[in-house]
Amino acid sequence: MKFSDFVAVEAIRPNVAATTKEGVIREMSQSLVDAGKITAGELESIVKAIMKREDLGSTGIGRGVAVPHTKHPSVSRLVGTVAISQAGIDFESLDGEPVQLLFLLVSPPDRPGDHLRALENISRQLRDDAFCKTLKEAGGPQDVWRLLEEADAQSIAS
Amino acid sequence: MRLVGSRSLAGERMTTKQPEDVMSQTVSREVIVANEQGLHARPADLVAREARRWQSRIEVVGKAQRVDGKSILDLLTLAAEAGTRLVLEATGPDASEALDALGSLFEQNFMLAADSTTHTENETVVKRTTPAREVPGEPAGERGGGR
Repeated sequence: MKFSDFVAVEAIRPNVAATTKEGVIREMSQSLVDAGKITAGELESIVKAIMKREDLGSTGIGRGVAVPHTKHPSVSRLVGTVAISQAGIDFESLDGEPVQLLFLLVSPPDRPGDHLRALENISRQLRDDAFCKTLKEAGGPQDVWRLLEEADAQSIAS
Repeated sequence: MRLVGSRSLAGERMTTKQPEDVMSQTVSREVIVANEQGLHARPADLVAREARRWQSRIEVVGKAQRVDGKSILDLLTLAAEAGTRLVLEATGPDASEALDALGSLFEQNFMLAADSTTHTENETVVKRTTPAREVPGEPAGERGGGR
């Protein structure tokens, strides 16, 4: 599953203000509300569900990357967004490093395959140091989007 | 270690090569992803954690690729759905023990009791109350070993 299949371009936040784990999860979820991908009425429920998932084990999977996520019955297809923290956020990551790149995913409970394929794509791209570096340096949402599209194009070509 | 007997015998015949042979022994084992949600972030983390406890190199072979079993990022690139067959390969001095431990992790469905359900806010999370399984006085970190 390509980035462009699930990332809402209007919800991309290249410079998040939040400095805490819950703060950034809230900010990213709010960005999905603002982009019309989830409803305002579901915001609290989604933030809580994502935090509950984090309690089971951090989704800070190393290399400065986190993939906070949840399944939620209010969405009919996988929606996601990207945020970048210039300062880095303590995410209790698996490798202890602060998190700078975040991919937040909300998926319908009955589509585990889509969730797996989104994780596959994210982790495949993030093994590439150059991709991580350019993503962190992206100036605006359109720059991030362009990088994601380039990554999509490359993964199709390869 | 269980190879002590044969090692000293073989050692007399091929003096310098033999330790390398032990170091590089590769064992493999097929496992099936039983988890309904597939090998998603949490089970991948558990597999990588277990794999890192062992000295041997651990690789996981899927349909189209071979990845490092000690890396959660690598494991996630398998996108292994429920029912997927994977081959675990371990190379090194503790290869058999490592595969026993990893194999039972797959067999026990990664010890994820509540994984078939969604984690919505209203749900009671069972997971947090279950891991306190260690008996005081027992050596820690030997989960699944020795079987």
